Amino acid sequence: MRSICLYFQVHQPFRLRTYRFFNIGDDHHYYDDYQNRQIIKRVAEKCYLPANKMMLDLIKEFGTAFKISFSISGTAIEQLQQYAPEVIKGFRQLADTGCVEFLAETYSHSLASLGNREEFVKQVKRHSDTIEFIFGQRPKIFRNSELIYSDGIGEMVEEMGFTCLLTEGAKHILGWKSPNYMYCSARTPKLKLLLRNFRLSDDIAFRFSTHSWPEWPLTTEKFTGWLNGIESREEVVNVFIDYETLGERQWKETGIFDFFAALPKAVLSNSNFQFSTPADLADVLQPVAQLHVPHPISWADEERDLTSWLGNELQDEAFSKLYSLSEKIRNIVDPSIERDWQYLQTADHFYYMCTKWFSDGTVHKYFNPYPSPYEAFINYMNVISDFTLRVDEFLQKPQVVKVIGVNKENARKKVVKKTQVKNSENALKSLTFNEIITLADNKIKQVLKGIDIEIVTVALKGARKDIREKIEKNLGKRSLKTYNEMQPLLKSISTTEVKKSRSLIEKQIKLLTK
Amino acid sequence: MKVLMFGWEFPPHITGGLGTACFGLVKGLGKQSVDVIFVVPRAFGDEAKEGFRLVNASDMVLDFSNSIYQEHWNRIKFMEIGSNLIPYVGPEDFEKMIQEDTMKLSTETQSVFSARYQFSGKYGHKLMEEVSRYAIVASVIAQQNNYDVIHAHDWLTYAAGIAAKKISGKPLVVHVHATEFDRSGENVNQTVYELERQGMEEADLVITVSHLTRQIVIERYGIHPDKVITVHNAVEPPDHPDTSEVKRHLKEKVVTFLGRVTFQKGPDYFIEAANKVLKKDPNVRFVMAGSGDLLNKMIKRAAQLHIGTKFHFTGFLSGTEVDTMFALSDVYVMPSVSEPFGISPLEAMRSNVPVVISKQSGVSEVLKHALKVDFWDIDALADAIYGLLHYEGLKKMFIKYGKEEVDNLKWDNAAAKVLEVYQQALNLKQ
Repeated sequence: MRSICLYFQVHQPFRLRTYRFFNIGDDHHYYDDYQNRQIIKRVAEKCYLPANKMMLDLIKEFGTAFKISFSISGTAIEQLQQYAPEVIKGFRQLADTGCVEFLAETYSHSLASLGNREEFVKQVKRHSDTIEFIFGQRPKIFRNSELIYSDGIGEMVEEMGFTCLLTEGAKHILGWKSPNYMYCSARTPKLKLLLRNFRLSDDIAFRFSTHSWPEWPLTTEKFTGWLNGIESREEVVNVFIDYETLGERQWKETGIFDFFAALPKAVLSNSNFQFSTPADLADVLQPVAQLHVPHPISWADEERDLTSWLGNELQDEAFSKLYSLSEKIRNIVDPSIERDWQYLQTADHFYYMCTKWFSDGTVHKYFNPYPSPYEAFINYMNVISDFTLRVDEFLQKPQVVKVIGVNKENARKKVVKKTQVKNSENALKSLTFNEIITLADNKIKQVLKGIDIEIVTVALKGARKDIREKIEKNLGKRSLKTYNEMQPLLKSISTTEVKKSRSLIEKQIKLLTK
Repeated sequence: MKVLMFGWEFPPHITGGLGTACFGLVKGLGKQSVDVIFVVPRAFGDEAKEGFRLVNASDMVLDFSNSIYQEHWNRIKFMEIGSNLIPYVGPEDFEKMIQEDTMKLSTETQSVFSARYQFSGKYGHKLMEEVSRYAIVASVIAQQNNYDVIHAHDWLTYAAGIAAKKISGKPLVVHVHATEFDRSGENVNQTVYELERQGMEEADLVITVSHLTRQIVIERYGIHPDKVITVHNAVEPPDHPDTSEVKRHLKEKVVTFLGRVTFQKGPDYFIEAANKVLKKDPNVRFVMAGSGDLLNKMIKRAAQLHIGTKFHFTGFLSGTEVDTMFALSDVYVMPSVSEPFGISPLEAMRSNVPVVISKQSGVSEVLKHALKVDFWDIDALADAIYGLLHYEGLKKMFIKYGKEEVDNLKWDNAAAKVLEVYQQALNLKQ
């Protein structure tokens, strides 16, 4: 039996708001919440919800004979949780069928694989943790943002323990070779490579509703016919597309849902193809050849290279400005800085600065919230300028209470020690976290003043309702805003983390009640 | 192909962009093997004339016993009214005009009906009289020459164009470089408006310098869209003196506004944006070069905002001073409220100066490598200026692509399009 592998990319960036230079140093909120919400709601309604339902129905109908795979970026997950939680529920239902595989990628759909190795590894881990936490399965197969791949990236991915990676079946890499086999990396042959069949993928993703295309309309009979026409020795056809193709890029009226709804039956009954996920394929298929990819490839545009995101003066300056902060960020424990650091790395920001479309098509205009790459660049640079200020300020500040975060054990220990030294001088009566409820409101306000809101927020995760209410009502307006904004992030915070934050608050109380 | 063309001014005796545009177009047409007879109210003798014939309307002697003129005069007589009209005033004319007005130098002995008439060819208070006389002369010229098409530039010459058409029966193309709405906002001079509308009505085809202007012609003058064709302006290859020697004495970066300081150029938005930028970064200097009726108000505003030490007024600049100003600039800003085309950003780009232009300018339709903002959006304007001053990548991109883009806006291409319009007009007639 040969295989067809359906893989869908699900991604949404945190789009930036219009951020003027005079906001620099003053306003640290960078995102267009209104627009993001609108888009997520729209895409959920037109694509994610109906598509998830359809996939679930198909799996119910065909059982294990129908399998698909997804990669969902962390930025998409966060926004879906916030604006369309029923979509996450739908994905979870799909995960529970056992017929759906989730792939690993960078948390924020970033270009970190090209910018900073350490950051890349960290983001992939963070993404895998998130997927495991939400969908109950740890990704085994890797796919990079926009299928970007090179020998060097392969090496990093292999070192992280992945055995297989998805990338583009780029013509200039393959030459006469067919994408319909398993390959492996030339530098690290243990890493298997699944290559996108760009002809069949793009027939669905781009040409499906193009009336001037000679093959229009694309029916499942025709598609199955093409599969049958593939030379019998070839083992796998990889159809990798954006999930948004269903209903958002190709509207419902084009018949895209009907096409997918009819596809399993057509393939299973009229061809010798079966549906497989990348992990299935990685288990059974052996590489037929090694691939050398010295320069990064991607699945974008005719060139299948990086020029959508990097290469012009604007993109290069923004990119180097961003990753010049890597070193500094490593020493920072601050949830809001760390969060923005993730969101600002999303590849889309660089895509908006691409100048290629000045000369050719306008296909990309649709995905671009800016009138020109220049505006995109200015806006991004303003944001980065503010972000850089915050990073520098943070590093200059004495870090007495700036101490939460996920993997910053060392930083934490140091700070806690500092506080302990101070405290040991005054033997004070101690209050446990839950005894806060006994304090007067003005005392609580005093305590809160000395502690970062991030710590308070983490400390209150899973706290008793009366305690939460007692503290919430004593928070200032700004703090309350951050507190609310941080709620969706709390899922990834462990209980030890919470305990530590609580003990910090207890210490603060001690200091004040002596 | 032979064309009888009516203009109002011709280099080097120009007060605005009209003369320069006509010159570029005529040269471009010459390369397309089009013979042009170019008529101006007053020739000074030092005009460039390679490749076409320049006719001086002031030299024409008319015999008013000929009934044909009388008849024509009856038709266009209404133009006599409003002799104190000061329409599209050039910057250096501005001060002179005020003086003339206060001194009331109205001791003219000439009459529109004298056999010989000395046109000023300017835009003074006798403008309407000159326009009328020009139309009468046009009918004579129209009779004495052979040509296929008549082409009239801006309202001053429309009456001449119409007269020529009546005499010869040849198709008339009028070329709209600006409309009364661009010059006067909503307070249009009805006489001028009526002249413009009539010119567009009588014309077989109307050329506009931008889609923006085309829209105005269709919407405000009620001209049928099929009749109105956009041919964007172009820019002459540089004949600038070498400014690489220009020394910069200031360590601060310089942001420049260059143009008439009048309502439609949006100088007030420039000042407000400057104020915003200076609040964030005091190491910038702003220059407002030019004069106009809003100049005093602008000086007052700069004082009010306490940015006087960083905001400079140069007054009117001419010739090489303009080139020097560009050489000293890091950013050029054109925040026009209404600009049919707007050639100055192209000149700035040619000098490797990045530009910020308003979306309400015709030139924004042809430029990709420029930052475009709504003229009223001071925040966006300030942000664009700040971005150009602080983010190197942007400047690099502009210098890399901007000059190339401008060099490709050739009058040859514009002339080829105009030629197509002539063909179309001839086909319509047949």
